[in-house]
Amino acid sequence: MESTTDFYNLIDALKADSANSLGLFMPEITLCVFIALFLAVRLVTTKLDLFWVALAGAVVGLVSSNPLQLCGGNVESEELFTGLLVHDGLTIAIRSILMLFLVLFLIFTKISGVPDKEDGADVYSLVFGSTLGMCLMASANHLLIVFLAIEMAGVPSYVLAGLIKGRKRGSESALKYAIYGAGAAGVMLYGISLLVGLSGTAHLPTMALELAQIIPQAGLGEQAVLCLAAVMISVGIAFKLSAVPFHFWAPDVFHGACAEVNAFLSVASKAAALALLLRLAVGLGSVPLSEIEAPQAIQQTVEAHQETVQTDLVPTHLVSLEDEAVSGSDEDIDVKSSEPVEAQANAETEAPATEAEVVEAVDPRLEIKQAHDEALSPVRNFIGLLIAFFAVITATFGNLAAYGQKNIKRLLAYSTIAHAGYMMMAVTPLMMMLGTDNNGAEQAASALIQYIVVYVFLNLGAFSIIAFLRNYVGSEEIEDYSGMVKSRPVLVICLALIFFSLVGLPPLSGFLGKFAIFASLADGYSTAGSSALLVLLIAGGLNTAISLFYYLGVIKTMVMGEPDESHHLGDRPVGRIEMAYVVVVSIPTVFLIVCWQWVAGFADEAVKHFIS
Amino acid sequence: MELLISLIVFLPTLGALAVACFPSKKDENGVNAKDNQNFLLGFTLGVGILTFVVSLAAFVLNDSSAIDESIGSMQHAFSISWIPAFDIEYAMGIDGISFPLVLLTTGVSILAILASWSIKKHVKAYCVLFLLLETGMIGVFLALDFFLFYVFWEVMLLPMYFLIGIWGGPRREYAAIKFFLYTLLGSVLMLIAILMIYFNSDLTQLAPANLQELVANDVINADVTKSVAAGIKSGTAVHTFNLVALAELAQTTDCFSAELQWWCFLLLFIGFIVKVPSIPVHTWLPDAHVEAPTPISMILAGVLLKMGGYGIIRICYPICPAGGLELSYVVVGLGVASMVYGAFAALAQTDFKRVVAYSSVSHMGYVVVGFGVWTMLGNGDYWKMGVTGAMYQMIGHGISSAGMFFMVGIIYDRVHHRNLNEFGGLYGLMPKYTALAMGLFFAGLGLPGLCGFIGEVLVVLSVWRFSPLLAIISASVVIFTAGYILWTLQRVYLGPEYKGPHAEEIKPINGREFSTGAILLVLAIIFGVFPNTLIKYMDETVDQQVTSLNEWREGYEQTLATAEESDEAEHAEEASEDGHGEEGEEAADEHGEGETAATSDLTEVAVAN
Repeated sequence: MESTTDFYNLIDALKADSANSLGLFMPEITLCVFIALFLAVRLVTTKLDLFWVALAGAVVGLVSSNPLQLCGGNVESEELFTGLLVHDGLTIAIRSILMLFLVLFLIFTKISGVPDKEDGADVYSLVFGSTLGMCLMASANHLLIVFLAIEMAGVPSYVLAGLIKGRKRGSESALKYAIYGAGAAGVMLYGISLLVGLSGTAHLPTMALELAQIIPQAGLGEQAVLCLAAVMISVGIAFKLSAVPFHFWAPDVFHGACAEVNAFLSVASKAAALALLLRLAVGLGSVPLSEIEAPQAIQQTVEAHQETVQTDLVPTHLVSLEDEAVSGSDEDIDVKSSEPVEAQANAETEAPATEAEVVEAVDPRLEIKQAHDEALSPVRNFIGLLIAFFAVITATFGNLAAYGQKNIKRLLAYSTIAHAGYMMMAVTPLMMMLGTDNNGAEQAASALIQYIVVYVFLNLGAFSIIAFLRNYVGSEEIEDYSGMVKSRPVLVICLALIFFSLVGLPPLSGFLGKFAIFASLADGYSTAGSSALLVLLIAGGLNTAISLFYYLGVIKTMVMGEPDESHHLGDRPVGRIEMAYVVVVSIPTVFLIVCWQWVAGFADEAVKHFIS
Repeated sequence: MELLISLIVFLPTLGALAVACFPSKKDENGVNAKDNQNFLLGFTLGVGILTFVVSLAAFVLNDSSAIDESIGSMQHAFSISWIPAFDIEYAMGIDGISFPLVLLTTGVSILAILASWSIKKHVKAYCVLFLLLETGMIGVFLALDFFLFYVFWEVMLLPMYFLIGIWGGPRREYAAIKFFLYTLLGSVLMLIAILMIYFNSDLTQLAPANLQELVANDVINADVTKSVAAGIKSGTAVHTFNLVALAELAQTTDCFSAELQWWCFLLLFIGFIVKVPSIPVHTWLPDAHVEAPTPISMILAGVLLKMGGYGIIRICYPICPAGGLELSYVVVGLGVASMVYGAFAALAQTDFKRVVAYSSVSHMGYVVVGFGVWTMLGNGDYWKMGVTGAMYQMIGHGISSAGMFFMVGIIYDRVHHRNLNEFGGLYGLMPKYTALAMGLFFAGLGLPGLCGFIGEVLVVLSVWRFSPLLAIISASVVIFTAGYILWTLQRVYLGPEYKGPHAEEIKPINGREFSTGAILLVLAIIFGVFPNTLIKYMDETVDQQVTSLNEWREGYEQTLATAEESDEAEHAEEASEDGHGEEGEEAADEHGEGETAATSDLTEVAVAN
């Protein structure tokens, strides 16, 4: 009898929760509606040009993600759908960036003429579907959703990579991308299952709480499992970010796919992957205050989640036993300090007291949180160092490998790899400062958002210019661009500005993103004193100097080279619409420095309640 | 003043935007039509002259806004909040150190534009880039915010790269990228130092009186007082990028540890000596100079190199004094080595322009030496002499080297080669030109009565107190300088006849060329005969800066000494712990004043020792 009332209570709670959640889920729902629309139209006719419909969809998505909420309102963190997703400033920011990008991207594809009318419906539904996955990545709060979102964003991109049918290179790149993607996803799923098995939940905040209790007493085997899980999950994200050594797909896919698809892959997919990285890193590295509020509530949610993920759960003790038996003992993170254990004990004794006072007294909760966060400090250190390692080799390798490229799309592929490295650098100071200096940690997250905002415009601009040049010149080899400045000065000047901005030269916008990230590295070094951060700072600085070579090489060819008379490449002047589009996309590159406070304010607001 | 100073900085940018809107009439090789060229360059010249006139009128002629020579601190400063997220301000101001350099920049720019009529291709792009370059240069000298300074510092990289890379000589691309890469590496190091300084700065530690003074002087935004008050209350640090505030922090508080200052001084110093340039990072300069077109060489030698020196005296020493003091032998050593190396290298060249380029390395060595002669010994008066000399040398070299490059350019335009062994006899063919050239090269040589002399003498004298050995070496450089300059003059202008190709092209200089050269020569003579026209502006500022740094040094020495004393005392205590430890305690008890009395006794003893 009692269980039935419980059941009805649960149903009622779920109803209320869903109704509440749906309102904040509008952008995703918009995308779903339009995908259904595209597919339906595709069934009926292939003659209809769906561009305006798609554009309308993207604009509705942008409006419903409501970026203006960040300008004034105080956005609180809120869990959707019983904690599967989370809605906070970061969600709004990344979703808005993605939607804005979608709008600009659709206009760009219309101007460049890929896809044509016939393919329109297919391509738009794929792009919308992928964006839907990316939005979920940005708001994932549950490892199940993490995996689903990555796959949802990934699968349409595999198809997009082979967009131009009948081209051998395109099909090859699509196949490569799909196989790599499937492999990475498999590894990541294995990592997730390890983590879930160990902690008994897939809900990130609960998992952090569990980890905070597990880690102080963790034996060598458990440590090894945790590290293995972290490394495996990072493989999945590294693939998405095209971080070295999981970058091999990037140059081939970028070379094979058309410039339009490259723009989509390099910008949207990267932004979402970085947001996901932030979510996972912070989610595992600290226990949110809301999770400690009322221990009873935790119990409930945990149960609820165990119900939701029941199918995927392997019995906890079995996994840990197995792994204890299997895992080697060569992991060396430092978890043996007795302090966390003590703190843990304190926390447990204080917990009942909190329950009684929870209504008015906030301080005890903070104390518990501090204790938990202290317990989690090895997790943060490990994640921070892991990401630092990925970041340094990614940035360095990307920049060095780009030097030898002859094809502009391959060159930009390596450039995006390098930039993924720079962006990952922001996560290390975030992890190092989390718990001790939350202000600094927030600044680091904000720096990453600022970089993403800048990067959206830079890469969209670069790839749109390449697509337009391809339409006029029919080539994507750098040597064919020789002396281009004489015939198409506006495009070349804009590309030069974008490239110098990618190097990070002030006063162009790329410098500001880089400055923000370097600043949080320096901040982290002077507060946390970790020498890894100093290494990152120096590596970042040197990489900036290295990257100058290849960007400058392209510009040098275009500006100082002599036009090659032998293959006379169309003299058709650039159309006004193309020119206008390129100029509009390049404007932020030059003028963002004047109103940088807007971007910084937007980013600060986005991460305000992210770390709590 | 906000508007006036911003106008001076951004007037060239506005001009560049205007030029970009003009039509450009070119044939297929990119060569502009004659009237189009005249129009574009004429407009650019107008913008250059306007900028110069505005800066001259604002800082000298107009009584209400003129620079007050009796004030050593920042004048006409203003500060507007720009990027509060990083405490970045749009702050500018002028003092006796930056004022002569601003005038030098606007002045040399005019002369460089006058020398630009030899540019025939893509004139419009040239004018736009030139004007953008000018904005960057003026901005560097006026910026009071470290971030703003860095932005301006980098702003001139791109125009300079293209100016060398498009309009330069045969190896222009190599030279341009070398210049770019060296400077970028230097500035990346600088960026790291900037960030370390920023995050260690804390305005809450500054004495309220000092902060009030900065606010009263408009050097720092008045809103800062509020955030400082809030910071003191909550115990959080208030960071700043403001150069003047950072200098105050470094000299009056313990924000920056000696180790941090040492590292930051080193990083900043490397960043700046790339620009100066001093050995071992000078190798971009000869290439850049040789390949750059004449007007760009003039700008490069006349203004760009000064930015390195300016950075050293405005940023390195005031913000990282401990590093400067410890590394003074490195600084002076590098300076002297540059002087010697530059002079010897110049002796070995056969390319006319390379000789002048290496003479720049040698002459800028004086600047580094003059800024560096600061030790723990002496009362520091000679350091003031060194700094004044270095400042004077920067202005003097700005005039004489711009003149020398212009002279090289004139003959190169006619005979299209620069091989020293294929000249000769120009004295008879181009008498007016030869006269100007002789005068300007003598100014570069440092002949008494011309602008090069004052700076060199002051610097060499100041080194005597620092290290007699280095002083002897640097004094002997004068002989080598005389050697390469006289030898060059002899090979180019004297002799019976012209030996090289294109002899038929040699014709006397035209009015534009003559007036440009004449202006430079007149300035060289004025600054040589009446050094006080310049020194009176710099004197008070240099004096104030040197005095405050010397005051800081006294405090620093004391802390060093006490640290040493206490080290020694500890050792002594350790040695005699068994015997005297208890006794000391008893004695303190007897005095009845506890530990304080004992410690004050100890310090008294230490001071007496």
